[in-house]
Amino acid sequence: MSDSPVAVEQHGPELRHHFVDMEQQRDAASLGMWLFLATEIMFFGGLFCAYLVYRYWYFNEFAAGSRSLDLKWGTINTAVLICSSLTVALGVRAAQMGKRKLLVILMLLTLVFGFAFLGIKGIEWYAKYQEHHIPGSSFDASDIIKDYPQIHIDPSHEQIYFSLYFAMTGLHALHMIIGVGIFSFITFCAWKGRYTPRYHTPVEIAGLYWHFVDIVWIYLFPLLYLIDRKPLK
Amino acid sequence: MATAAITAEREHYLNKEYGIQSWLLTTDHKRIALLYLISITFFFFIGGFFALLIRLELLTPAGDLVQADTYNKLFSMHGQVMIFFFLIPSIPAVLGNFLVPLMIGARDLAFPRINLLSWYLYVIAGLIYIHCIVTGGVDTGWTFYTPFSTAFSNTKVVEAGLALFIAGFSSILTGLNFVVTIHRMRAPGMTWSRLPLFIWAHYATSIIQLLGTPVLAITLVLVVFERAFHLGIFDPTRGGDPLLFQHLFWFYSHPAVYIMILPSMGVVTEIVPCFSRKRIFGYNFVAMSSIAIAVFGFLVWAHHMFVAGISLYSALIFSILSYLVAVPSAIKVFNWTATMYKGSITFSTPMLYAFGFIGLFTMGGLTGLFLAALGIDVHVTDTYFVVAHFHYIMVGGAVMGYMAGMHFWWPKISGRMYPEAWGRLAALIVFLGFNLTFFPQFILGYLGMPRRYWQYPPEFQVLNVLSTAGSTILAVGYVLPMVYFLWSMRYGKIAEDNPWGASGLEWKTASPPPTFNFDEIPEVTWEAYDYEHIPAPAEVPVER
Repeated sequence: MSDSPVAVEQHGPELRHHFVDMEQQRDAASLGMWLFLATEIMFFGGLFCAYLVYRYWYFNEFAAGSRSLDLKWGTINTAVLICSSLTVALGVRAAQMGKRKLLVILMLLTLVFGFAFLGIKGIEWYAKYQEHHIPGSSFDASDIIKDYPQIHIDPSHEQIYFSLYFAMTGLHALHMIIGVGIFSFITFCAWKGRYTPRYHTPVEIAGLYWHFVDIVWIYLFPLLYLIDRKPLK
Repeated sequence: MATAAITAEREHYLNKEYGIQSWLLTTDHKRIALLYLISITFFFFIGGFFALLIRLELLTPAGDLVQADTYNKLFSMHGQVMIFFFLIPSIPAVLGNFLVPLMIGARDLAFPRINLLSWYLYVIAGLIYIHCIVTGGVDTGWTFYTPFSTAFSNTKVVEAGLALFIAGFSSILTGLNFVVTIHRMRAPGMTWSRLPLFIWAHYATSIIQLLGTPVLAITLVLVVFERAFHLGIFDPTRGGDPLLFQHLFWFYSHPAVYIMILPSMGVVTEIVPCFSRKRIFGYNFVAMSSIAIAVFGFLVWAHHMFVAGISLYSALIFSILSYLVAVPSAIKVFNWTATMYKGSITFSTPMLYAFGFIGLFTMGGLTGLFLAALGIDVHVTDTYFVVAHFHYIMVGGAVMGYMAGMHFWWPKISGRMYPEAWGRLAALIVFLGFNLTFFPQFILGYLGMPRRYWQYPPEFQVLNVLSTAGSTILAVGYVLPMVYFLWSMRYGKIAEDNPWGASGLEWKTASPPPTFNFDEIPEVTWEAYDYEHIPAPAEVPVER
């Protein structure tokens, strides 16, 4: 009688002792990630709820704040993230087929896109810092008020828009940073050749996470950048 | 003596390895359950200490023991410690951790390392919270209501918020582990309709933990941001809305009540059939009522805000929805009663606690209907009536269920029997002490004594003295089990594998179980609670 309760020959090094077979292990990991993403939806959901309430109340301020964001960088960032999701999806396929070199290249590309997104976000935030649009004691919305003399803009309501802008993009960026960390690890393991057609669950569930963070941005972009871009009369 | 030596040599999860490292780095769900047991017991006594100080202050009408500011901190920290560091993890993280894999015939939870991580997160959160207590505490009430918490309180709000955020993460990971385990790790033949109802209750609880806790997390993040950067999101003077905070807060914190009570209902559903020697009455209804409570629980949060300024129409709808929760709760109580009807009942300690649970939970639930009614709620909001009501649910319900479960499964956990006579005495003391503590508070609240004040008019003193006397008795009732559980680990009678003649899979393995739970994964061919085919034990095990 061996020490392990399950016959050893079925158990490769990747299969942990408490699972019957690889399929059960993969199913468990994937369900776990889906549930985690459900908790993430609720987490961002609280912010979206606050956004909806205040956008409904302070529409002028939200529209004016939205116009002050840089549409060019926002659009480029959206494109960058969509490309990164493509490389992740192709990477999962490469892992399933056991193409190690392709997998490593695709994962590196994903990392490049991830860093590019964060860099562009940094540029945008720095611009907001220079314009004194960061909420807090130095917040100053007088430039926005001056730009739209025809509508009434309350500076403290404008600050609520920017509070939500920074809270939402900030938490999204935090998730991106975590994602870049995860994919650095995945790239390293892929380079070491740990993923095989039999065992590549980490690539799959990390991919799920990445797609989720991407989808959050797909919602954030129109909600924050595209509130009302019509020229004012 | 020789036989004892032979029994002791059998390898099980407690004696497989020794040393501090074998505990702190374990991934065995049974050992992690014991780590949780020790940590939550520690916090239970901290929270209890605050409670006793509160009751001592209220012994006399004048504010003589502590200052008003200190009193604010005492009830705030009592609430936060008891809710986030004791009640929420109590049954899921201790009994659930220990029993979920055993009951469904699995070798461990789906993610053993995440399970250990969740305990470490709990410990980190606990240490931060203790630091918060020692360096000044927090005085916002357990609810962090804005704008007091964001703009006025000069206590350690950020630190307390951070601690609860991390504790919430720990709770999410436990729930996630349970849901995946219940979906993917069941033994062959363990179909959904053969699951013990304890598992159904934990499934419903885990769903609430998964979907509710993140909302509290983001709310606490916003409170901390608002305090740190003065955003104005919850500040009415700058266009923010404190009611938005209350909506977000109660969206988690009302379902959190069901995180506390559902696992207790699961425990009672295991105990009642066992000590009545009968199959549970209406299995499907009991299982589905757990799910229904979880679902309805998400739709009633604004009944905490009837006087906070929400519209009359939304108050009406939330009132009706709150009444709906009574339906699945009543189904459970009726089905337990129907299970006992014509059963051959044994009044062992777990059953005594289960009786206590059914009675006290019913009282807590029925007074909840008073509070769901708009008119009465206006009269008793923020009075001791509310305090009594939720203590009947949380202490009379959740803690009674926890004690019932600890006694019921102690032979499985420790391999030893606790002294039955002491157990029954403690159950009786807890029941009497509890009612003496909290029943007078219903009357006090109805007469108009507000909660969260350190002074009160002299005409309320008699009832307050009764309540304080009761809390002392209750404290004795809680210390006793701790003493005899510890005693029994060394001196208790060796437990058989199935001392109660109970039906669950956890009783088909050894006491205490081996590290991998079952020598061979069982194949389930029978229905749950098949008591017609299980012989009752010759006598209720008693102390030596």
